[in-house]
Amino acid sequence: MPESPAIKFQNIVKSFGNIKALDGVSAEIKSGQLTGIVGPDGAGKTTLMRILATLLHADSGMVNVAGFDPKTQNQNVKDVIGYMPQRFGLYEDLSVLDNLLLYSKLRRVDAKTREKLFARLLEFTRLEPFTTRLAGALSGGMKQKLGLACALLGEPKVLLLDEPGVGVDPVSRQDLWRMVEDLTSDGMAVVWSTSYLDEAEKCAEVLLFNEGKILFDGKPDELTQTLNGRSFLLKGDAEMRRKVLGVALELDDVCDGTIQGSAIRLVKKSNASDDAIIKTAKEFDYIATHTKPRFEDAFVDLLGGGPGGHSKLADNFELERDISQTPVSCVNLTKQFGKFIATNNVSFEVKKGEIFGLLGPNGAGKSTTFKMLCGLLIPTSGTARVAGHDLRKAAKEAKSNLGYMAQKFSLYGLLSVGQNLEFSAGVYGLDGKLKRERIDEMIDIFHLEKYLSSAPGDLPLGYKQRLALACALMHRPPVLFLDEPTSGVDPLTRREFWMHINGLVAKGVTIMVTTHFMEEAEYCDRVAMMYGGNLIALDTPDGLKASVETKDLQNPTMEQAFIELIRRVDAQKGEAA
Amino acid sequence: MKSFSFSRLWALIIKETKQMLRDPSTFLVAGLLPVILLLLFAYAVSLDIRNLPIGIVRQSDSVKAQSISAKYSGSRYFVVHPMRNMVEAQEAIKIGTIRGIVVIPENFDERITRPSLGPIVEIISDGTQPNTARFLANASSGVAQLWLQDNFANSPQFQATMARRIDVIPQYWFNAEIESRRTLIPGAIAIVMTMIGTLLTAMVVAREFERGTMEALMATPASRIEILAGKLIPYFLLGLVATAICTLLAVFAFGVPLRGSLLGLFASSSAFLIPALGQGLLISSATKNQFVASQIALFAGFLPAMMLSGFIYETSSMPVPLQIMSNIVAAKYYVSSLRSIFLVGDVWGVLLPNIGFMLLIGALFFFLAFRATATTLDGKK
Repeated sequence: MPESPAIKFQNIVKSFGNIKALDGVSAEIKSGQLTGIVGPDGAGKTTLMRILATLLHADSGMVNVAGFDPKTQNQNVKDVIGYMPQRFGLYEDLSVLDNLLLYSKLRRVDAKTREKLFARLLEFTRLEPFTTRLAGALSGGMKQKLGLACALLGEPKVLLLDEPGVGVDPVSRQDLWRMVEDLTSDGMAVVWSTSYLDEAEKCAEVLLFNEGKILFDGKPDELTQTLNGRSFLLKGDAEMRRKVLGVALELDDVCDGTIQGSAIRLVKKSNASDDAIIKTAKEFDYIATHTKPRFEDAFVDLLGGGPGGHSKLADNFELERDISQTPVSCVNLTKQFGKFIATNNVSFEVKKGEIFGLLGPNGAGKSTTFKMLCGLLIPTSGTARVAGHDLRKAAKEAKSNLGYMAQKFSLYGLLSVGQNLEFSAGVYGLDGKLKRERIDEMIDIFHLEKYLSSAPGDLPLGYKQRLALACALMHRPPVLFLDEPTSGVDPLTRREFWMHINGLVAKGVTIMVTTHFMEEAEYCDRVAMMYGGNLIALDTPDGLKASVETKDLQNPTMEQAFIELIRRVDAQKGEAA
Repeated sequence: MKSFSFSRLWALIIKETKQMLRDPSTFLVAGLLPVILLLLFAYAVSLDIRNLPIGIVRQSDSVKAQSISAKYSGSRYFVVHPMRNMVEAQEAIKIGTIRGIVVIPENFDERITRPSLGPIVEIISDGTQPNTARFLANASSGVAQLWLQDNFANSPQFQATMARRIDVIPQYWFNAEIESRRTLIPGAIAIVMTMIGTLLTAMVVAREFERGTMEALMATPASRIEILAGKLIPYFLLGLVATAICTLLAVFAFGVPLRGSLLGLFASSSAFLIPALGQGLLISSATKNQFVASQIALFAGFLPAMMLSGFIYETSSMPVPLQIMSNIVAAKYYVSSLRSIFLVGDVWGVLLPNIGFMLLIGALFFFLAFRATATTLDGKK
């Protein structure tokens, strides 16, 4: 039978103050399939989800969820939807079973049905052994599954999941996908919002959001296919790849480019010829071949292409101190919190001018390791050195050699942009003429003039990131620490960020970066993979991928490599036990 | 369309109670805080003073002068620092090692018999702390008075001296210590209830917003009334339990009489919990942030309950604007009710109007809180 759509909305407008979170969006969402609401932070995804869940009302436009208007018939809508907010909406101080009981009673599931439903959901989520455990004591992945189970209790027709993949490692994410696929085959409409473009590729249909507008509505393949013949992979001397990318991005015919392991990925503009790319590749002894386009290529193309490849920041940047050839190193680094070993006997050396990544699921110990390396945590045993200084003995000298950019750009919200710059310069000991010069330089490079007196919180995302980078680099440190630098950031902002980083590396700056984001791992020269406090693999991104390649798994992605490496460790543990 | 469901309400109450019992701060505020506050107000904040450091400048070496000096040293009100001369004493009072000076003049013996020569001792007190100064003046002249009485009760001159200082004597007939404890403890109960009603409630509702669980709840068929009632009823009961703990402590541990009835106590406490909870709810729904909510709860709940309720400072002696402000502080009516229940008895002529005012203020807070917790999350993230 011709089914009417599960969700339909037309011309929704929703403003918060001066900001238009949704600016006239319209779409239909079908039953029995997974629909992705895809876009960077601040694109309007959460606002739309909340409108569908009756938590917000649209300023204007028509909304219909399973035949009801969320504004006037919110009770009817609430009866047929399951909603999992960001961070899962669980009571962390209640047990798994208490959480399930609460939500089932709120949905007035009767006692008989409840028992059967619980049994099924617990089996489905594999949470059965943990029913008495407090929700707060579950791992990120298990919390997410419990959140999903709670949202499923009323046997909803429409399931709304707001960024379920955030903060969850690839292994758990894979589990969740499997569960959601089961649900859609039962006829449920599942709406999944995400800022990860690789998640978008797996959806049956996507609504691609940017700045409150829908850029694309349809199957992800359809969008990707529009780029057929426009994506290239350039291979050659891996040492040169950042330079080649920089040059290629300046070409008129190129609309986007990224580092992908030891190779370079380029996308040419529509209607451009291949010549310029092939010619540039030849200049550097690179070989350019056509490759299958990715969803992200198409997204960036839709947004009008990425930034150029030239970093003005790097132009002005000169290393003032010549430091050792291994600017960062650690030997048998261990950190124990009580009985819990967060970092276990980790050793590695980072070469000068290298981008070194720490990759791992939540709780793997990468943050702890990272914090010990930049002097924020004191190791239980082992040594960590930055620029040749032992962090335990000469923390001050070591710290003056590093710049640190914390997660979510730790800027002072109550200071203006100008004051943030002043403070950072001051705190790194710059003063007088030099301080003025450096601040002016940053303002000039990052075009911060017009924002000088505004609060960092009011800046567009891209500017926030520029400001944070400026603050970390004011004292021209030879080593730069980046903690999850671009999570939740749109692809264009991320490209601009890495463009500067690539430029800095060319000037000899050493970069340490933590990430759970596979894209970011591709930018690294080498990646240290951590799991359960241990360093389980250390290699180039391509090396890691190659190490898991088998007949069944050809050309694995970084994510597949990640999942496989962790699976192997778990399997070994299983054998040992 | 909007159906109120008792089973849903019950589920929410159960959940809230479980959380409450698991939350250590519940026990801190409802169990430990009453004990600490009552102890504080029973002993530390007692409005009379002991062991006050004073200096004695004895300018006479007569036997009598030494005797009165010993009388001061023996008093439990004072810790006496002997001073050689006025200069030393003045220096000590300046740096604060002593709070007052008692000068025993050179012609001390003569002054005893000849009042026209002036007072037998001169008392100087540090006026920077007016209450202490007043107390010091009274207590030290009282000591002198007592000394006179002990040594010259049968002397003919005594009558004359007595007549001159009769006004100070009542100081010793009246044990201020017990009295201040008696009035302070009912006030302390009001403070504890404000903490539970306003601070704890503000925190737990804000926590729901902060952790995103409010969002999940609101997307279920549970209505706003169910969600709010499910939140408030457990805390209402907790408030009553805390009242009971406080009352037991007050009566059995601190010897405060309970002259009124339990009914009066229950009715007044229930009535006070309405504005206290309402205020907590209003604060948390307006801020949606635990930190800000706790700050506001301290400023708008705890401080007025402490300062403007008549608990420590008599409201009638405050400037007019503050007096007007104190009228909307629900704790004022509660403190007044508690004092009458504990110390006087069920004076319904006092209790009923107080209950009426508390309910009125409560209704106002609830009205505002309901407007602030729109079912939607509009306006704030």
